[in-house]
Amino acid sequence: MKNFDFSRLNPIIVPLIAGGLGLLVGALMLLALGANPLEAYAAMMQGAFGSTNSLANTMVKACPLLFVGVGTCIAYRCGVINIGGEGQLVIGALFATAVALTFQDAPAWFLVPAGLFAGFVGGAFWGGIAGVLKVKFNVNEVLSTIMLNSIAGFIMTFLLTGVLIDPTTADKAIKIPQTQRLPAASDLWRWVPTSFHGGILLGVVIAALIYVLLWRTTIGYRIRAVGFNPKAARYAGIAVQRYQLLAFLLSGALAGLGGAVELYGVTPHRLFSEGGTISFTSNAGFNGIVAALFGSLHPLGTIPASFLFGALLVGANSLQRTVQVPSAFVITLDGLIVVFVVASQIWAQKRSVKRVDEARASVVKAETT
Amino acid sequence: MTTIQSVELRGITKRFPGVLANDNISFDVRAGEIHALLGENGAGKSTLMKILYGLYKPDAGEILINGQPIRIKSPTDALRQGIGMVHQHFQLVPPFTVAENVALGLASSREPLTDLDVVSQRLRELSEQYGLRVDPNALVWQLAVGQQQRVEILKALYRDAALLILDEPTAVLVPQEVDELFVTLRKLTDTGHSLIFISHKLHEVMAISDRVTVLRDGRVAGTVATQDTTQKDLARMMVGRDVVTVWDKPECPSEMAVLRVEKLSALNDKGLPAVKNLSLSVCANEILGVAGVSGNGQRELAETIVGLRRATSGSVKVLNNEMTNHAPAAMIAAGVAFIPEERMTMGVIRDFTVQENAILETHADPGLADGVLLNFGKIQKHATRLVREYDVKTPTLDTPVKSLSGGNIQKLIMARELTRQPKLLIAAQPTRGVDIGASEYIHKRLIQERGRGTAILLISEDLDEVLALADRIAVMYEGEIVGIVEPNTPVDELGLMMAGATKGKSEK
Ligand SMILES: Nc1ncnc2c1ncn2[C@@H]1O[C@H](COP(=O)(O)OP(=O)(O)OP(=O)(O)O)[C@@H](O)[C@H]1O
Ligand SMILES: [Mg+2]
Repeated sequence: MKNFDFSRLNPIIVPLIAGGLGLLVGALMLLALGANPLEAYAAMMQGAFGSTNSLANTMVKACPLLFVGVGTCIAYRCGVINIGGEGQLVIGALFATAVALTFQDAPAWFLVPAGLFAGFVGGAFWGGIAGVLKVKFNVNEVLSTIMLNSIAGFIMTFLLTGVLIDPTTADKAIKIPQTQRLPAASDLWRWVPTSFHGGILLGVVIAALIYVLLWRTTIGYRIRAVGFNPKAARYAGIAVQRYQLLAFLLSGALAGLGGAVELYGVTPHRLFSEGGTISFTSNAGFNGIVAALFGSLHPLGTIPASFLFGALLVGANSLQRTVQVPSAFVITLDGLIVVFVVASQIWAQKRSVKRVDEARASVVKAETT
Repeated sequence: MTTIQSVELRGITKRFPGVLANDNISFDVRAGEIHALLGENGAGKSTLMKILYGLYKPDAGEILINGQPIRIKSPTDALRQGIGMVHQHFQLVPPFTVAENVALGLASSREPLTDLDVVSQRLRELSEQYGLRVDPNALVWQLAVGQQQRVEILKALYRDAALLILDEPTAVLVPQEVDELFVTLRKLTDTGHSLIFISHKLHEVMAISDRVTVLRDGRVAGTVATQDTTQKDLARMMVGRDVVTVWDKPECPSEMAVLRVEKLSALNDKGLPAVKNLSLSVCANEILGVAGVSGNGQRELAETIVGLRRATSGSVKVLNNEMTNHAPAAMIAAGVAFIPEERMTMGVIRDFTVQENAILETHADPGLADGVLLNFGKIQKHATRLVREYDVKTPTLDTPVKSLSGGNIQKLIMARELTRQPKLLIAAQPTRGVDIGASEYIHKRLIQERGRGTAILLISEDLDEVLALADRIAVMYEGEIVGIVEPNTPVDELGLMMAGATKGKSEK
């Protein structure tokens, strides 16, 4: 193709450069810690991609990020913000737990679809609460979803120390807040001996489906119309609030499905808690949002973005083990990358505004310099 | 202020993907002169001015100030050279006061503290000197459009602009405000300022300018001294042929009312009554013009009819069906089309492409979608037809609408609304800010639409337009119809009615 407009590659290149810059700053910190950055990052690569097993681990880590990330894309495209991935993951997993524990003797062909569907519904329910609050009562969705995350954590702990507690530990003195191992029939297909499970493939298929939904269907057209300009959407006869609610339902549903997949696909195949959501989600509800940003808020971009982010998480762990840096470094590196990626997205957005509407942007610049 | 003796643009060329916006343009302004820039939508006027103001880099050509070649790389450079610009879309910060907006980006005389009192003082002097009435302590979002424009002009004057570029300043003003603006412009030239004045309205150009340069398709069609030319000549230079602006109107043959509005009331955005107990009806094959100074409830009336605003009382009937407070979708399904006054924020989705905007209301129709899947083949065909039929100038169908010129956006909206073959069309300010060629075209389409049997409610503050098109004229004042008159009513009588003096027979 002649005259290819290279700026079209920006959504891919910009986050990569940002991630690279994050690693660069990380390297400086490693130097300060007295570790060899090259060695450290080599250990990281090795940990994330070095063997079939580690590659599978990376994809398993990426899986919940993908579900949450694709959900984030839907919300963003409809002009609403869903920070409630954590809570939706957990509620989805709780619904799936309920199904698996209720139908203990059911066969896999029933249990797996029913459980995943329950997760989908649970997430939609939790996302829908924020949606209704916004649409009916004009409650800011950032606040409501964050609060719903905490509430979901409390509900989970409450249930795990109560009705859902593992009956074999229940009568012992120390109550461990976890369920029994779910029936084996609920386990997702796994590529033995690696940890790779069928939920990962499901995630990729769903990302593709959501792409089709958003860009090829009338529903997606309306979602995006509402996202860009609710006033014009209303003028065009689109029920703006209904689509905002739909975006919350779908966005939550995908996170909930991600929770169910995580539960059915990953050992120990049970739900557990340390009092909040994190021990089960490992922060996937937030990291998924970053993965979506990393993927330029495009469902297809979110696939490789989740994979890279999963690699970072897995790699950072083995880095810590190999090079003996404080565990805080891993969290810091994580945070650095997030900051760089988010900043690069803001920068890219500003730039695209400037490209199309040069006038506005440069006038502001002229006046602030 | 140091006066600029002359600014000269030589051989300016600017190419955008798919269009040559400026083709070897030469243009000059002298001290104390008002130089008008005329041209159809998309002729390249804004582009040329943005180059002079440092927002775009020309592909070729040079800029000379007082005979010296100068590089202008940014608006900061332009301001340093004494060039200021008032954009058609204002660049103000709404939650700030007037003084804060003016001070924004400038060093304070007592850093790090602000010197807003000094700014306000100087603003008052400038206001006084040039007749730009505005309170320095007022919050910008509370100001009317005309006042915001004064703030923009003050901002440029405060920065010592000697040459002021005004991009379609009158498009947003009501007639009295235009007169006030002209008084200000004359005072500016008396103090040695030079002005570049962009407008589509020939009588304004004739009234205010010293010289006129006409652009056509990115080229200079000619530069003439205003006193040596006529409106007719200018129109011919713009369009490249003779322009006819008045048509004969056939009689309204049907008695059946397509739209019947009875005792309708509605509130404005601030919750105050904007439409008060208003009744009117439009029959098939008829254009009912609603004349009035803008801000008298016209926008609210249109929005209430089409279901975008709640009626607090009264009723709206379309083809004898009760449709008061029905959702916009129901109105669209009933064959109601609406060309909104707020073209950029309501009429289109700026980030959507031309093609996507062409299907705003109809994207789910069987002709454009197969069930829930959009049919891009059909959509593209549909958009191509609209663009061609309505002469929308766009590089491609995938161009985001925000990079089209204002007139072309309006043509696209017009195309989209009319292609639905509506029973009732509500057109609010359809030609505001649109050039004479496109206006003529839009008028012709409206007449054609009426001939097809559509009932048209034409809301416009352009009296010439209402007089030329309407079969009957309803004059609106403070939310009420103060009278309905024949289109041969003398203009001064209409003017009196628009100012609140009741006249003519009101409709039962
Ligand atoms: N940033 C841009 N990118 C691409 N094309 C552009 C851009 N700005 C302007 N154009 C194109 O250049 C041509 C001239 O546009 P310009 O805005 O200068 O017209 P104009 O004379 O000001 O019209 P109007 O009276 O409608 O405002 C148009 O065809 C327009 O689509
Ligand atoms: Mg323009």
